[in-house]
Amino acid sequence: MNDVLKIIIKRLGLGLVTLLAVSVIIFGAIELRPGGVAEAVLGQGATAETVAAYEKELGLDRPAPVRYFEWLGGALTGDFGKSMTNGRQVSELIAPRFANTLFLALYAAAVAVPLALILGVMAALYRNSIFDRVVNIMTLTSISSPEFFVGYILILFLAVKNSYFPSLSNVNDDMDIMDRLYRLFLPAMTMVLVVTAHMMRMTRASIISLLASPYIEMARLKGVPQSRVITRHALPNALAPIINVIALNLAYLVTGVVLVEVVFVYPGIGQLLVDSVTKQDYPVILACTLTFATVYILLNLAADVGAILSNPRLRHPK
Amino acid sequence: MDNTEKQLFEEIIRDSQKNKTGRREFLQHSLAVGMGLAAGSALWSSEVAAETPKKGGTFRVGVHDANTSDTLDPATFSSVGQIQIVHTHRSFLTEITADNKLGPDLADSWEPNADATIWTFKLNEKATFQSGKKCTAKDVIASINHHRGEDSKSAAKALLETVKDLKADGDYTVIFELSQGVADLPWLMTDYHLAICPAKDDGIDWESGDGTGPYKMVRHDVGVSTSFERHEGWHREGAYFDKVEFTIINDPNARQTALMTGDVDSITSTDLKTLALLKRNKDILIDNTPSGSAITLPMFCDTAPFDNLDVRLALKYAINREEIIEKIMFGTGTVANDVHISPNMPYYKELEQRPYDPEKAKFHLKKAGMDKLSVDLSATDSVYPGAVDMVSLFSESAKPAGIDINVVREPSDGYWSNVWLKKPFCFVKWGARPTPDNIFSLTYAADAAWNESRWKNGRFNELLVMARSELNDEKRAEMYGEMQLLAKDDGGTILPAFVNFVCARRKNVMHGPSVSASWENDGARAAHRWWFA
Repeated sequence: MNDVLKIIIKRLGLGLVTLLAVSVIIFGAIELRPGGVAEAVLGQGATAETVAAYEKELGLDRPAPVRYFEWLGGALTGDFGKSMTNGRQVSELIAPRFANTLFLALYAAAVAVPLALILGVMAALYRNSIFDRVVNIMTLTSISSPEFFVGYILILFLAVKNSYFPSLSNVNDDMDIMDRLYRLFLPAMTMVLVVTAHMMRMTRASIISLLASPYIEMARLKGVPQSRVITRHALPNALAPIINVIALNLAYLVTGVVLVEVVFVYPGIGQLLVDSVTKQDYPVILACTLTFATVYILLNLAADVGAILSNPRLRHPK
Repeated sequence: MDNTEKQLFEEIIRDSQKNKTGRREFLQHSLAVGMGLAAGSALWSSEVAAETPKKGGTFRVGVHDANTSDTLDPATFSSVGQIQIVHTHRSFLTEITADNKLGPDLADSWEPNADATIWTFKLNEKATFQSGKKCTAKDVIASINHHRGEDSKSAAKALLETVKDLKADGDYTVIFELSQGVADLPWLMTDYHLAICPAKDDGIDWESGDGTGPYKMVRHDVGVSTSFERHEGWHREGAYFDKVEFTIINDPNARQTALMTGDVDSITSTDLKTLALLKRNKDILIDNTPSGSAITLPMFCDTAPFDNLDVRLALKYAINREEIIEKIMFGTGTVANDVHISPNMPYYKELEQRPYDPEKAKFHLKKAGMDKLSVDLSATDSVYPGAVDMVSLFSESAKPAGIDINVVREPSDGYWSNVWLKKPFCFVKWGARPTPDNIFSLTYAADAAWNESRWKNGRFNELLVMARSELNDEKRAEMYGEMQLLAKDDGGTILPAFVNFVCARRKNVMHGPSVSASWENDGARAAHRWWFA
């Protein structure tokens, strides 16, 4: 167990280095863009005079490295600064948005993960049957369509033609959980359709590849029924790659929702990122991208740890 | 009533129903066809204004163009979302009415001195802030001063440049002292930056969202949604809805879907490409309102080849305006005539429309001593969706005249700082401005910072200063007429079209016989003026 702890600590350290690298790259990319936050905010009203006044007020007239290290100093002590456009604390700006995004991701994951596992196991169980093919065709179709298109299709059939669900996912703090789940049904289903295929196919493939191994043959020979062979003998050994794919997809659920948020007008962190990129508001952009990067790093770590824990050989190295 | 008369009546009523005629014009028309005032008035109320406003309901609006970076500070206003919100919870000294006239808002009346250098505004004594505080001269002066002074970064600073001093005379009189006569000052007070906020210490309190408008802001989630409740005891007529909810929907598709599914009652902008399909929906009504918002293609009059008037005229004849409106704007534009004054603005003068005429373009090119002309034209789609397509179409229509227009697609980042006013020929879109003086001083005056075509016409500039302080309406109209002619035939700006506001509402949302052309949704005053059937 100590080994696992050691791995976690080491990986967290590497994660911090990654975050640092990400922040440098993002900051550099923002600096490379023509114009700046002053020009973006003032728009047509951006004269040399007003831009200079604006930049002076925000301290943007200083060289980029100075501003970066100043930001970094703050970030290391937990202060991500203030938005360049509306002067609000970045953490205050991001927290409710990120909570919304996480809620939607968890909602989608709570449906997608069990669904993908069940479908994957069933597809492996009834390999090459009609069921297997239908499931494959359907999940592959939904993963092959861009998510905004899937969203529009759902809106067309479930909101416009039949008014079962609202097309707008405008939530606010006063809503209770049931109301939220109802209003978020369509975006959550869109995400489910987009991520299910990957996890389901991986479950199916890893189980099928194991089915050819000698110990499965042994189990069959001693008369274990097929369903039990798969759930008891094959699945535990197939877990490592499945966990990997699930982690990857969970990360996607958090970071890849921008388009879905736009289509359903859901106030998540993706919308915030788009808004701040158009205004070149670098403290907010950095905070959003670092949040995304952190989610990726943590989920990847969780996947690796999960893979180790699910594999006795890795759990007890000689 | 004989048959022709009847037909005429039907036509008048039809026009009114189509919002072409206001009540006053309607009565004038009725009088003209020999109908008594009382009869005409009765006909108006029975046929045209069949619906009288009714109180109640929650009015939900899908608003486009708003951002998480928006603030409530009037000095930094620029987005459509901010403009819609400010007209709902705050008010202004004056307003542009539904039929595009100037009307009272916080000010009951206003009076200039003989040369329009001193203006006296009398405030409505009933006006209160939603917090209960009376609105007095102190608040008005603080709110206007918020945009003045050295360190102001307000976009309205230039607008108030002629204001020398503001004084209170008692609690309900505000006196503006100007450095030169400005006959349009009451019009300028409708500018969306000049919202009245409560005075606080040396400045104003814009943070709390307290205002003198028809609705009180109860929840404001920046860039997401804003809720309002009726301001009981508001000093004006209107505010029929109990509650108002704005949801920011920047995606056109999501906006239209929300309208179709009834998640919102009205949207501030529609997707033009699918407008024809939306029109087929029986539950939805479209308000296609011609506005003063213009598309301009300024050419630097001091830079070759545009320093030659014949080259400018050749280009003006080489653009096919009708085709642009039909193909790029899907019919939601109004043909412009190279003059920045739209038909719904005061002092608009109808001049002979310049046609698309490649032969005439060729003629002017020859007169300039050229067989062929090759120019670069810069554009970006972020200024107007379809801008690049529009200039490409211009390029095609100019080919038969021997003019080769090379379309340069510019990055949208920094377009206003790096392309506009820097490149000699580019694409620009302007928001509506209320009066000719406003737009001419801003972008056509020789010394204006935004003189986008670097046009310097002596007579034009002379007239501009004269007309600014002229209080005689007839003389003013004459001066503005001449200026429009000068801009059309000598100016350096091609104006292909004025952009309509295309908004949509569900059919249970009612409004008066006309809607204001100043901003989307009835001059951003839908919450104030509209009601549920």
